[in-house]
Amino acid sequence: MTAQLFLEQTLNGLQQGVTLFLLAAGLTLVFGVMHLINLAHGTLYMVGAYVAATVTQVSGNFLWGVLAAVAAAGLTGTAIEVIALRRLYDRGHLDQVLATFGVILFFNELVKILWGPQALFLSPPAILSGTVEVIPGVPYPAYRLLIIAVGLAVALAVRQLITSTRTGMLIRAGATDREMVGALGVAVNRLFTRVFAIGAMLAGLAGAMAGPLLAIEVGMGEHILILTFVVVIIGGIGSVRGALVGALLVGLVDTYGRAFLPVVLRGVLSPTAADGIGGSLSSIAIYVLMAAVLIWRPRGLFQAYGG
Amino acid sequence: MSAPPRRKQVVNITGLLVLLALPAVALAVGEPFLIGVATRIVIAALAALSLDLILGYGGMVSFGHAAFLGIGAYVVGILAHHDIENTLIPFLPGTWHGTTAALVQWPLAVLASALFALVTGALCLRTSGVYFIMVTLAFAQMLYHFFVSLPAYGGHDGINLWQRSAVPGADLSDDWIFYYVCLFILLAVLAVLSRIVNSRFGMVLQGCKQNEARLAALGIATGRYKLAAYTLAGAIAGLAGALTANQTEFVGPSLMHWSRSGEILVMLILGGIGTLYGAVAGAATFLALEEILTSLTEHWMLFLGPILVFVVLFARRGIYGWLVGPESGDD
Repeated sequence: MTAQLFLEQTLNGLQQGVTLFLLAAGLTLVFGVMHLINLAHGTLYMVGAYVAATVTQVSGNFLWGVLAAVAAAGLTGTAIEVIALRRLYDRGHLDQVLATFGVILFFNELVKILWGPQALFLSPPAILSGTVEVIPGVPYPAYRLLIIAVGLAVALAVRQLITSTRTGMLIRAGATDREMVGALGVAVNRLFTRVFAIGAMLAGLAGAMAGPLLAIEVGMGEHILILTFVVVIIGGIGSVRGALVGALLVGLVDTYGRAFLPVVLRGVLSPTAADGIGGSLSSIAIYVLMAAVLIWRPRGLFQAYGG
Repeated sequence: MSAPPRRKQVVNITGLLVLLALPAVALAVGEPFLIGVATRIVIAALAALSLDLILGYGGMVSFGHAAFLGIGAYVVGILAHHDIENTLIPFLPGTWHGTTAALVQWPLAVLASALFALVTGALCLRTSGVYFIMVTLAFAQMLYHFFVSLPAYGGHDGINLWQRSAVPGADLSDDWIFYYVCLFILLAVLAVLSRIVNSRFGMVLQGCKQNEARLAALGIATGRYKLAAYTLAGAIAGLAGALTANQTEFVGPSLMHWSRSGEILVMLILGGIGTLYGAVAGAATFLALEEILTSLTEHWMLFLGPILVFVVLFARRGIYGWLVGPESGDD
């Protein structure tokens, strides 16, 4: 286990972490303001990835792909909110879970019809396909570095949005007491749609950015959604800061676990057994982390709001 | 409860007669594959029933119920696998051989699921509300990933069973016999659970759903009751998993995919929560709907999704609630 390898894995973990943050921030904002648990959040991530792949292919420019993905996810999110989800804000979480599960089933099938069942692949833009030596002796893919940079920039932008804009003020007020905000003459419905659209665009951005790193396929949204839940449980639901800390923790623990657990186990077990069991154990490392947080702080590290 | 008892009894007895007659009907209309569908309905009903105990009566919305089915199925699969390969079960102290005997497999499946429910339940129940939903989902996903990346038992591809469990005096490879064994188990569990939900234990559980703080103020350790219910539900779902493994003669991680947990939840809501019988009605409706829609289009999810949103928004009491008519004191 060399220092280079460790540094490389740390960057990988950060990259996975900021992707998760883009999703967790939207999920946690929507919950914080509207008290809605949205299972279809991963669907917007999937929409982002598919649109980015198609538009990049047609236009030949990855940047257009990303912009189109953000726009498409924002529009899809707004449509879902206006048609179905706004009726669920006053309902129990069970109803919200079921209805958004229905939304997932619908969109997964729709994507299968529009794009076919085969996975799509998207290459990173040519300028970013090389590697950069972050520290002498550690070449690292430039594209992954870009993801980390974009993710951290978005984190700062979201923070700025929440602390020093009018929308941000309303988001904070709405999270504390949404009825009072409505009583004070704010068009709450429009605020809710705007918050939902912001979350959707962040998810679309995450999908587009992650597109070149993985197979774009139906079901990718739910896979990452459940990881996002783990992030939000660890960070504390409703807290954007918690989402950032939780996302980086999950990204790092997951990456370190996969890279180093089999190596560590080889000291105790035979190589094949170590790889087999190490693989299984590292795939559950983040859930163990979640369980530990639950024992220590059942409402997450940065508890913001009640249940 | 001033419910019209006669209508409820008529509905329940009709349902029972339909379930008893299903294989004969399947044979009479010349569609013997329907026995398989009927068996799936009965097993799914058992799973939905166990979810109703914690969700309908205890107010615990678990989105990870497929994990228990998966464990039950894997216990059967792993034991059968080592029996066929004639190898020892690894990771256990001492020497343990596989077996196909149902009297060993099924109780072990129930025990293993109950144990998993006890441990994860103790953690999940530290939370409530929306956290509980997400935590149960996460633990189920953990188990899914664990089995996907476990090459010893087939990883993604799972394990094929070459025969159903061996029950003394009955040949489960006969689809008729297997159906009636499953139905008998369902009815037995239904009978036990309807006693339980009206017992003191069940009353505390229902109280937890309505106002847990008040019960706690009365000096009742609500956490223990909820954990006991959660464990019992896990045990029953584990039994359903053992039967699923026998029905499909295959065990794989797909059994505990998150969408399976969603399906069980949908069946229960479709049928109506907090009635026990609703779970059976919901499982039958859901799987019948699946059969019909898949015969019309391969994209049946495109229709199921909106139907689900519609049911949640407008038809809240479920099919069983609609069948037995309005009850005072409902909701």
